[in-house]
Amino acid sequence: MSEAAIEATDLVREFKKGPRAVDGIDLRVEAGEVYGFLGPNGAGKSTTVHMLTTLLPPTSGTARVAGYDIVKEGPEVRAAIGAALQEAALDPFLTGAEHLKLQTALHGIRGEEGKRRSHELLARVGLTQAADRKVGGYSGGMKRRLDLALALVHEPRILFLDEPTTGLDPQSRSALWDEVQRLASDSGVTVFLTTQYLEEADVLADRIGIIDHGRIVAEGTPEALKAEISRPTLEVIPAEHEELGRTREVLTRFGEPANSSPKGAAVRLSEGEAQLADVVRALDAGDIHVQHLQLHAPSLDDVFLAKTGRSLEGAAEEEAEEPDPSEPVAA
Amino acid sequence: MNRSTLALQVAVLARRSVVRTMRQPAMVIPSLVFPLLLLAINSSGLDSATRLPGFPTDSYLQFALAIPFVQGALFSANSAGTNVANDIESGFLNRLALTPLRRVALMMGQLAGILALGLIQAITFVVIGVAFGSGIAAGVAGALVIVALSLVISLGFGLIGAFVALRTGTGEAVQGVFPLFFAALFLSSMALPRNLIETDWFRTVATWNPVSYMLEAIRSLVITGWDGEALALGFACAGGLALVALLAASSALRTQMLRT
Amino acid sequence: MTGSGFWSVARAVAWRNIHNFFSNPALAVPALLFPMFFFTAFAGGLSRVDQVPGFDYGAGYTTFVYGFVLLQASTFGGIFTGFSIARDFESGFSRRLLMAAPRHGGIIGGYWLAALTRAVFTVTVITVVALIAGLEIHGSGVDLVGLYALALLVNTAAMLFGTGIAMRLRTMQAAPAMQMPAFLLLFLAPVWVPYDLLTGWVQTTASVNPITLMLEAGRGFLAGDPTKVLPAFGVAALLASVTVLWARGGLRSAERAA
Repeated sequence: MSEAAIEATDLVREFKKGPRAVDGIDLRVEAGEVYGFLGPNGAGKSTTVHMLTTLLPPTSGTARVAGYDIVKEGPEVRAAIGAALQEAALDPFLTGAEHLKLQTALHGIRGEEGKRRSHELLARVGLTQAADRKVGGYSGGMKRRLDLALALVHEPRILFLDEPTTGLDPQSRSALWDEVQRLASDSGVTVFLTTQYLEEADVLADRIGIIDHGRIVAEGTPEALKAEISRPTLEVIPAEHEELGRTREVLTRFGEPANSSPKGAAVRLSEGEAQLADVVRALDAGDIHVQHLQLHAPSLDDVFLAKTGRSLEGAAEEEAEEPDPSEPVAA
Repeated sequence: MNRSTLALQVAVLARRSVVRTMRQPAMVIPSLVFPLLLLAINSSGLDSATRLPGFPTDSYLQFALAIPFVQGALFSANSAGTNVANDIESGFLNRLALTPLRRVALMMGQLAGILALGLIQAITFVVIGVAFGSGIAAGVAGALVIVALSLVISLGFGLIGAFVALRTGTGEAVQGVFPLFFAALFLSSMALPRNLIETDWFRTVATWNPVSYMLEAIRSLVITGWDGEALALGFACAGGLALVALLAASSALRTQMLRT
Repeated sequence: MTGSGFWSVARAVAWRNIHNFFSNPALAVPALLFPMFFFTAFAGGLSRVDQVPGFDYGAGYTTFVYGFVLLQASTFGGIFTGFSIARDFESGFSRRLLMAAPRHGGIIGGYWLAALTRAVFTVTVITVVALIAGLEIHGSGVDLVGLYALALLVNTAAMLFGTGIAMRLRTMQAAPAMQMPAFLLLFLAPVWVPYDLLTGWVQTTASVNPITLMLEAGRGFLAGDPTKVLPAFGVAALLASVTVLWARGGLRSAERAA
């Protein structure tokens, strides 16, 4: 078996206060893969990333990134990876160009080579025009793009992106997705991406690991995970609003209630699409006039719900328990 | 790919530290204006104190000229601490940690920013002091020694600010420490020579306070000329503070930059 | 619109501000710490200054310094209330206040009540500490009433000045604009020595500085030798009146922007 780009065995991280942030994670990411790490706030995503990028030593367990041990071979790991972490991590008083100059110099890329690399990266992320402006005046999207450019300065084989599009407008998000897809397909870079957005994981990731309370609860391709659940949701909007209650009653005979728009009722069909005909017959028998009927394929939220008993979107509103992985911990 | 040498790392980080400090006029200008304003007010407001028997000079300006150098250092502490705290809070320190950067280079780069601000302050205060009529008894050489001592004092306080930021990770803690520095300055021979401080407990505190010796060393160059003992004590206190602060800050950096 | 609208708004605003002040050490502690510190540093470090030829204050240097520190605490207490107004604007809370309150003047009334309450607390603590440290009060009960009434009048003027700035700028960036004038007024005055012992440009400035009058009257009350009482109260009342108009103008500015 060829060496994995990222391999973790029973990775654990405890903090002084609170439960284990990461509670025994095993994962394996092949070279060139885009791996999505999906979970709500406080699930342990950032802590895992901090460990894999050598910024935080694990409490126990092992991991190898780019073939190097994250604890014993930290400098080698760092030379092979790039990271754009949760905060954009920029100095508001330096210009974009100055950031790149600093980063290239620290990686030992000097002189003409350093300048060439800086120009190339600025062009790649669309910041050539803004390069001489102080970063304090950049928009959120521009900061994220600069962040990505800085992570790519030394042409890493593996890229860690920790919630790269949180807080971005749809246009900026889309642009960043394009860049990530280009990196993976054209340059063969392995991308380890954490996100709380279902759509992001669905669109970008070759494989997804769903994490909750510090453990991976499901892993696989998006299609495989959804197929495992294979329970579509049926949404019905009755023609008359007064019929909504009866519509709901009819639907609950066929499965558990699901989220729907305010005008309709929805059910997670316990036996799949095959039940559709029975549902229609039941609605007809109840003399309910249907204005709109729609079958939704299972989503990653359904997968999360099936594995954890909670909806990812609901879980995102729970209070985060994950301690700040960048807080210093006494030896 | 070339390895980045320590010298290169220090150079780029030093440049960044200096540039970042100078691009914050809201930090730089008060650190010059405020001490000078207080000097102006005090020299005139407390001039009658020179009539006390045993007062070493008949110009309170000459006596008080030492104070801005230490006050400036307190602003350095604030500036250095705030800059480091911002780096931690923004995640910039993590970005640096992921490069082949050596911690000692980061520390030395930090010092460059502190020294740059300290140099501007020292030169400004010397020039303004002389322009407003305070002679420097030790002459031009004395003025250079004042600048040198002032830089060591700035380093000491600046590193304390950096230590607080590295230890706590927040800018609020740095702001919170500022009053303590203020207290250290006030509970010294700032306003009167130690032998003229009447209140026993105050005189005792001032005698134990290293800031008194820093002030007295500068003062000796302005008023007296070359006083070996005063200079030795002043440099020893400033240097000692800087060394302790450097060790503390380096240790805190090791904890804050926890990379494996 | 009835008078009760004004007071009910004022009470609500005051309660919230006072509650925030006492439940938030980051607010209460500096307000206490700085004056107490200055008192200790000046009374302890500079006490020999009362031996300068011509220093003729009868109640001792500690009391002399207390007179200044009292005024400083009153002034900055008012300014800090201005800070909390600026903070309220920055957080958006003030917009809600302006929309909900039937009488907008009551908002300023509320902050004023809060400022007075905070000042009474601060001054009490500082006075107790000063007494322990050797403060000698030679004045009578009437003198003390005069002294603290003057202090509260100064507190009011400072608070209204801060209010006017805070309501016009509506951001914490306004803090230096509030602090600097107060600082300059306080320190370009006979802080460490009596007016007659000042020299040069500071004496010139002090001669036209209203704070000089307040200081001399306050120190006179403390020494049991009231001096310049009417001019001091006159000027303080004038300052308070002018700053009322200034604060009202600030309120109009805030209303237009809300």
